[in-house]
Amino acid sequence: MSIEPEDVTMDSRNLLELASAISSGAVRVVDLTFTLTPDFPVIVLPPEFGQAAPVRIQEISRYDGRGPAWYWNNLTFGEHTGTHFDAPIHWYTGKNLPNNAVDTMPARDMVASACVIDCSAQAAQDADFLLTIPHVEAWEMRHGRIPARHWVLLRTDWSKKGWRDYANLGEDGAHTPGPDAAVMKWLVEERGIIGFGTETIGTDAGQAGHLDPPYPAHHFLHGAGRYGLQCLCNLDQLPATGAVIVAAPLKIQNGSGSPLRVIALVSSA
Amino acid sequence: MIDPIQPPRRKNPLLRTRLPTSPPKPRSRTSHGFTRAAAEGRFMLQRCDACATFCYPAREACPSCLSSSLAFTDAPRRGTLLAETTARVPSDLYFRERAPWRVGLVKMDCGPLIVAHLHADCKEDAAVHMSFQLDKGGQAVAFARPDEETPNMADDRQWREMTADPKFRRVLVTNGRSVVGQETVAALRAAGAKTVFVGVAEPWRPFAGERQLSGQEGIEIVPLDAADEKSVTDLAADIGGKVDILVNTTEYVRAGGLLDRKGTSIARDEIDQAYLGFINLAQAFGPAMRMRGADGVNNCAAWVNILSVYALANWPAFGAYSASQAACLSLSHCLRAELRPGGVKVMNLFTGPTDTEWFQTVPPPKVAPRAVAQAIVAALRNGLEEIYVGDVAEEIRLRLAANPKALERELDR
Repeated sequence: MSIEPEDVTMDSRNLLELASAISSGAVRVVDLTFTLTPDFPVIVLPPEFGQAAPVRIQEISRYDGRGPAWYWNNLTFGEHTGTHFDAPIHWYTGKNLPNNAVDTMPARDMVASACVIDCSAQAAQDADFLLTIPHVEAWEMRHGRIPARHWVLLRTDWSKKGWRDYANLGEDGAHTPGPDAAVMKWLVEERGIIGFGTETIGTDAGQAGHLDPPYPAHHFLHGAGRYGLQCLCNLDQLPATGAVIVAAPLKIQNGSGSPLRVIALVSSA
Repeated sequence: MIDPIQPPRRKNPLLRTRLPTSPPKPRSRTSHGFTRAAAEGRFMLQRCDACATFCYPAREACPSCLSSSLAFTDAPRRGTLLAETTARVPSDLYFRERAPWRVGLVKMDCGPLIVAHLHADCKEDAAVHMSFQLDKGGQAVAFARPDEETPNMADDRQWREMTADPKFRRVLVTNGRSVVGQETVAALRAAGAKTVFVGVAEPWRPFAGERQLSGQEGIEIVPLDAADEKSVTDLAADIGGKVDILVNTTEYVRAGGLLDRKGTSIARDEIDQAYLGFINLAQAFGPAMRMRGADGVNNCAAWVNILSVYALANWPAFGAYSASQAACLSLSHCLRAELRPGGVKVMNLFTGPTDTEWFQTVPPPKVAPRAVAQAIVAALRNGLEEIYVGDVAEEIRLRLAANPKALERELDR
C-alpha cells in the first residue's frame, strides 16, 4: 500500500486559523518529550557490541572566566538516546531504500496524525504485554479504521515509572511492552501507517529479540521505509484520534535517527 | 602506651577550618632516593660499592673510603634509640602547630646514625623499627616505631601525620558496580572507616553484589557517574566536604589495540570513563580535599587510583586500554603536585590483570579483587605512594627498570 498523500489543496486561511487556535489555546500543544539528561536509561546491548554513547553535557562557560557573559555547553550523545526517532536506515531491512536517513527523508513525513491505542491497563498487568491484531481490531471497532500515513502510538503509561522500573532489566533482558510480529506487518502492509511510537526504550518489546522475526517493529517499519518514535511521554494527554504529531529529527548527515522534540497538536474541544 | 584516638565530633560551625601547612621541603636530588623508598614502603640507604659501608644522610662520596659509587640499597630496619628530645616551640610553622613534637637519634644496626621522627612508644635504649615515610609535604623523612607492636600503635599522633589510615575517616569509593569496588568497600569498613560512600552509575541497571551494598551500616550508596560532569559536581555539592579519602575504582577494560578495532567509539568510552572521569572527580572533589588537609583527626588524607600496570608499558593485547591507563598515570602526577599543598597523598596502585570478567581469557596469575582491596588499606595505613599488587605488576616493574626495550618486545605476544 502506498503512503503517498492524496491530491488535496488547502486554503492559507486554514493555516492561519491553526496558528491562532494554538495561540488562543483552542489547540493545545502537548510535549511528548523526555528531558535529555545524562542519566536517562539507554538501550542495553550485550557489552561486547558497540554501545550508544550516553548523553554528556559539558559546560563551555557559565558567565565565568571561560566566557563572562554567556552560558553554553558541548553535547555528545548517540543517535538513539533520550526521546528519539528511528529512520529506515537504522535497520538492515531498510538499508537500501531511497531517502532512508534523517537528512534525506521527506520533510512532510515529519508532520502526521496519530492514532493512540491505550494498553496501559494490560501493560500494568503484564510487563511483557504484546499488542496483537485483535487488540487493534477492537480499537478500530470503537474509533474507526486506522487511516494511512498515520502514526500508531502505543500508550502503556510506561513513561510514568521510575527509571529502574522503566528499564526493567532482569537477568534475561528487559521486560517492557511492545508489538508482536504479526501486528507490525499488518499495520505496515494493511494500514499503511507512517510509523509506530512507544513510551518504552525502543519501538519493540523488551523481549522482542525472541520474536519471529526478531525486533519486528524495526524489521517491518524500516523495511517499508516507515519510522519509529520511542521514549515518548504524555501519551495519556492525547485523544485516541485527531492529534497531529510533529516529529522532526536533527538533520544529521546519513543519520539513522536522532533525539528530538516531539510535540502533539490536540484540539481542546 | 598511647590512648586510642576518639571518633571525631561534628564540626563546630563557629570555628574556622584550619588550613594545611607543610613541613620544610627542600631536598637534594640524591636524597630523593629516600623519596622513592618511602613511596614504595621500602627502607633503603646508600651503601658504598667499594667498602660496603651504609651511610646517612644522602651524600656524594663514601664517608669511609671516599668512593663515589653509593647506590641506594634495601637495608636492615633495626636500630636503637640513643636519645630523644621534644620540640616544644619549633620555629617552623608546620611543627609549631603540632608541637610538642618528638624526634630522636637512632643508631642503626647496619651503622649510620639517623635523626628520626618518633612514635610515642619509642623509648631510649630500646630497639626501634625504622622506615622512610612521606610527610605532608611529600618528602621522605625517617620514622622510628617500637620494634614490637604496642597497643593502639597506629593511633599515634605523629604516625598519623605520615599516613592516611582509614580509621574514623569517610571514604568515597567511586564505582561500587565492580567487584574490586565492592571488595574495597568491605575492606575499608573493616579497617574502621566511619562512612563509605559508594558511587553507583546508572542505578536503573541492576548489578551483581547490589544487595550486599544496600542497607548496611556505614555504607551509603550515592549516585555517581564519574564520566558525567553534572553527576560528579552534584555529588560533590552534597558530600565534597566529607570526603577524607577518595578511592577511584573506575574500571573500564576492553581488549584490543589499534588495527583490529574499527573506529574510535570504544577508545572514546575508555577515555570517557577513565581519563575524563578522573578529571571530573579531581575538579569536583580536589579543591575541598586540598583545603581540608589539616581538618582534625579525620582530615583529608589521600586520593587512591587503581591503575593497570600496563600504564607503564603497553600490552598490545589490551593496547588501547593500556594507553588510557597511561594517560591516567600521567594525570595522577599532576594531581599529586596539585594536592601537595593540602598534604593530601595521591596513591597509585598498579595491578596486573584482575580475576574479573573482562580478563576472562587471560591466563593466570591474576590478581584477586580482594587482594587489591587489602593492598589499598595497607597502603593507606602505611602512607605509601606506589604500590604493586601481585606477581605480574611486580614483574613488569622490575623488567621495566632492567630494560624497557626488552619489556616492550616481550609484551608483544
